[in-house]
Amino acid sequence: VRESGDFERFLEAIPYLQMLGVSVKVQGEDLLVGMEGRESLIGNPVLPALHGGTVGALMESAAILRLLREPDCQGVPKTITLTVDYLRSPRVKQTWARATITRFGRRVANVQVQAWQDEQDRPIAVAHAHFLLKSQ
Amino acid sequence: VGPIEKLMRKLMSVASPHMRELGMEFLDLKDGVAVARIPYKHELVGDPVTGVLHGGVVTTLLDSTGGAAVFSRLKAPAPIATLDLRIDYLRGSTPNEPLYSRVECYKITRQVGFTRGIAHNGDESDPVASMSGTFMLNTTAVRVSGKEGGR
Repeated sequence: VRESGDFERFLEAIPYLQMLGVSVKVQGEDLLVGMEGRESLIGNPVLPALHGGTVGALMESAAILRLLREPDCQGVPKTITLTVDYLRSPRVKQTWARATITRFGRRVANVQVQAWQDEQDRPIAVAHAHFLLKSQ
Repeated sequence: VGPIEKLMRKLMSVASPHMRELGMEFLDLKDGVAVARIPYKHELVGDPVTGVLHGGVVTTLLDSTGGAAVFSRLKAPAPIATLDLRIDYLRGSTPNEPLYSRVECYKITRQVGFTRGIAHNGDESDPVASMSGTFMLNTTAVRVSGKEGGR
């Protein structure tokens, strides 16, 4: 993935990301990771709003995909902890996430993620996570 | 079974499309403790080599179970929303085994519900993940068309 930038093949291989309708756009150093506003992802049909878990899954995936671009990343990083703060109710529409690596250490990486829908400066959720970079 | 539990079961089993898509069902819901299960399905896999479920499935299960645990302690049905959720991934979920959750709402105030819980494959002493989450109570369900409600 790192060498070819072939995220589509990576996404196609992961069944749950297919269920969520996850896609990737490369923007220079950054990756924009999208999730479709599918009816099947609704958690609260009254509002309606996407299920918070799907937003968490999108943000975790955005972090992993970003780490895979690092030259020193060997294998798929394993999530140790993930903390999501939900800021606004997510509407049933295309949702975007962008991950920033805060620290890429020898064994552990720290990543921050923002998710939004229409306007990037009105995030629907923010997250931070720790990843194990290689298993021993 | 009280009115809240009845409504909750109905909401969960019928009205939440994503929980339905995951095949999630509630096994128990009373006194602030919710227990749920997701059957193992190929569509939920995150690692095609090992067959381990995607972390997002664990997140969704624990978020929903936490919400249910809070809901079961409300005196009257009211909308709630996740404020924050922390998941610690302790090990990969065992392939071909169902994923269970057990979340307790250990404190509820007028505005906030506090929860903690685990996900496991049938043995609570060998958890897959642990969670802690907070939920806002009485969140407004009103939304002006095309716009968000009050900030």
